[in-house]
Amino acid sequence: MNILGKRYLFFGLSLLLIVPGLIILLSGGMPLSIDFTGGSLLEVSFTNASPAPADLIALYEDQQVEDVQVQTTETGSYLIRSEFLENEVRDAVLSTMQEQFGELTVIRFDSVGPSIGEQVTTRGAMAVAVSSLLVVLFIAWSFRGVENAFRYGVSAILAMIHDVALIFSITAIGGVFLGWEIDSLFLTALLTVIGFSMQDSIVVFDRIRENARIYRRLDFETLVNHSIVQTLQRSINTQLMTVEFLLLALALFGGITLQQFAIVLLVGLLSGTYSSIFIAAPILVIWENREWTTWFKRKAAAA
Amino acid sequence: MLRNLYTRLILILVILAAALWIDLSNKIIIYNPFNDTRLVDRDVTPRLGLDLRGGLQVLLEADVPQDVAVDAESMKTARTIMENRTNALGVSENVLQVAGERRIVGEFPGLKNADEVLAIIQQTGLLEFIDTGDTSLEEGTVVQTDFAPTAESQPDAQTDQTETVIYHTVMTGKDLKTVNVSRDQGKYVIEFTLSSEGAKVFADHTAANIHKYLTIVLDKQVISSPVINTAIPDGAGVIQGNFTQESANALAVQLRYGSLPVPLKVVETRIIGPTLGEDSLNRSLVAGLIGFSIVMLFMGLYYRLPGITADISILLYAAIVFAVFKLIGVTLTLAGIAGFMLSTGSALDANILVFERLKEELRNGKTLKQAFNQAWTRAWPSIRDSNIAALITAAILFWFGSTFGATIVKGFSLTLAMGVVISLFSALFITHTLLALALDWFKPQNLARWIGI
Repeated sequence: MNILGKRYLFFGLSLLLIVPGLIILLSGGMPLSIDFTGGSLLEVSFTNASPAPADLIALYEDQQVEDVQVQTTETGSYLIRSEFLENEVRDAVLSTMQEQFGELTVIRFDSVGPSIGEQVTTRGAMAVAVSSLLVVLFIAWSFRGVENAFRYGVSAILAMIHDVALIFSITAIGGVFLGWEIDSLFLTALLTVIGFSMQDSIVVFDRIRENARIYRRLDFETLVNHSIVQTLQRSINTQLMTVEFLLLALALFGGITLQQFAIVLLVGLLSGTYSSIFIAAPILVIWENREWTTWFKRKAAAA
Repeated sequence: MLRNLYTRLILILVILAAALWIDLSNKIIIYNPFNDTRLVDRDVTPRLGLDLRGGLQVLLEADVPQDVAVDAESMKTARTIMENRTNALGVSENVLQVAGERRIVGEFPGLKNADEVLAIIQQTGLLEFIDTGDTSLEEGTVVQTDFAPTAESQPDAQTDQTETVIYHTVMTGKDLKTVNVSRDQGKYVIEFTLSSEGAKVFADHTAANIHKYLTIVLDKQVISSPVINTAIPDGAGVIQGNFTQESANALAVQLRYGSLPVPLKVVETRIIGPTLGEDSLNRSLVAGLIGFSIVMLFMGLYYRLPGITADISILLYAAIVFAVFKLIGVTLTLAGIAGFMLSTGSALDANILVFERLKEELRNGKTLKQAFNQAWTRAWPSIRDSNIAALITAAILFWFGSTFGATIVKGFSLTLAMGVVISLFSALFITHTLLALALDWFKPQNLARWIGI
């Protein structure tokens, strides 16, 4: 099986998946949740009434609350987003609602102060940066006996960036069609994908490390291809048959709260396995062959 | 193949028995057989997170300017005080934790009277002795002090005479040692004594400011404004005010348990309705069961005998993980369940890496015994390295979650990390032993049938 031969084809496929979502992100901005921006979210259902969204907005505005958006859900409840609500204002809003529309049930209420949101964003970015840095250092250290250990770390990072870009892309697309948001659960999924993306790359690299000791005369490309093929069964079985099944069950039956989380993890972990085979390992080969020197020549020849 | 096979098996059975015992009971009591004392007495009822049972979560932040440092001791004290206050409300199973340097996260599960709790934890109960120089202030006047000045504007009617004045805080309620109510000439007064440190500050100040006013302020509102008649060197004093017996008692209680060393404000509130929580719990349990069954079926069909031993070891793994969660009191959240499922994936991954190696060695013409011995040794470096990478991520996530009281992130990382560690044990010790035993008992000849090559 020659996987490496088609490496540029796989790069193209990845770009095809990543680029559209990133265009959405860059043009429409990130669908950040109140965890990052600060603000409040009230989900409420009325026993005997179904007020028009405009009435609810008016009710909020009477309390001097701005940036009010109302959304109805499949179950008939209302999702009302607004700026950060102090507890007194929330009480006032809820009691006026009860006066106007009768009995109600608060399904959930989240209110995050603006300063907190800001700090969550910076610390979140820091958490992502620190954990990827530590993992790269760890890989470089763990492969210290191998020639060009540093390349393994960088390739793993590039594969990881691929996975991160892909889940941002998926979330952006989900944001347009399903109303997904980037919240603290997304951050959790993101960090997990980073961890597991490394795990997959390490399994493939470990095989290259081992084979390099056994087949000293083999040229690097054949060696890497051989290692990929050897670990392929493990990758498919671990990812497709086990982890993905567990997450799929969670996405299908796990209820609305976890659905986005499960799908993002599903895509991210799948991408982690894919990128270890089709991104990280090929980059090692491209680096070894210094292929960039021939990229333009090839084009010239084609022209 | 493996030495001490039966010792290993007994060890596994003992661990399993202990795990099952913890899994199935709500309380763990171990008696010391020599005398009748209890060695271990622990409540191990599973704790469900707010997202699974509904409730109120608040994040409080020290209400002092960002550049003012808040010492850890004050935050700890503030936490204890809030715990006492909310316990007094009859709220059960509330959890209050210091998160990071200047925040406290409070969780009140299954709560109906959210407003009451929010009201009581927001009362600072900050007692201050302020130096008002030659002026005596009216009771009820709202003042500003140089201890944690608040940015918000005060109600105007009361601040007319004080709006530009920021009084110096001589001492706060932190220095109070004892507080008692007594009667003095028919009026209720509050007697207090001070800690030695407070007494010194108090003595110095009173000696230097005789005939000046030392005003007593609670949550920036004047309670009384007595004049200093003589220096008070012994750290004992009396607060006189317009007290009834009730108000004197209430104030004394608040001072005794409730004077927060730092003012706090609510910066985040989350309320999860009980129905949403219950629905999530049921659904994720069903999801977990379905996923688990499919995966176990796959392992058995694809890897045959080794697959079945892996299935058994995964079941043991689940029993051990649940027991450990109960024992150290991990709060189960939705994200925690997801973390557990992922670590199960990790556990299976380790097994699969080994089994693939086993098959490979067999295909290369090794005997079953040789292949078995090499499978674990050869698969170990990649299992080790990949699990360390997962642990690094989990540690960073935990740090991130703790700083913000983001219980959901913390729960996920904690369950993931513990799952990864236990999964290593399960793959390297349990599966290894069970498979060795199984090969020993069945002595399989037909490898296609038993191992699936």
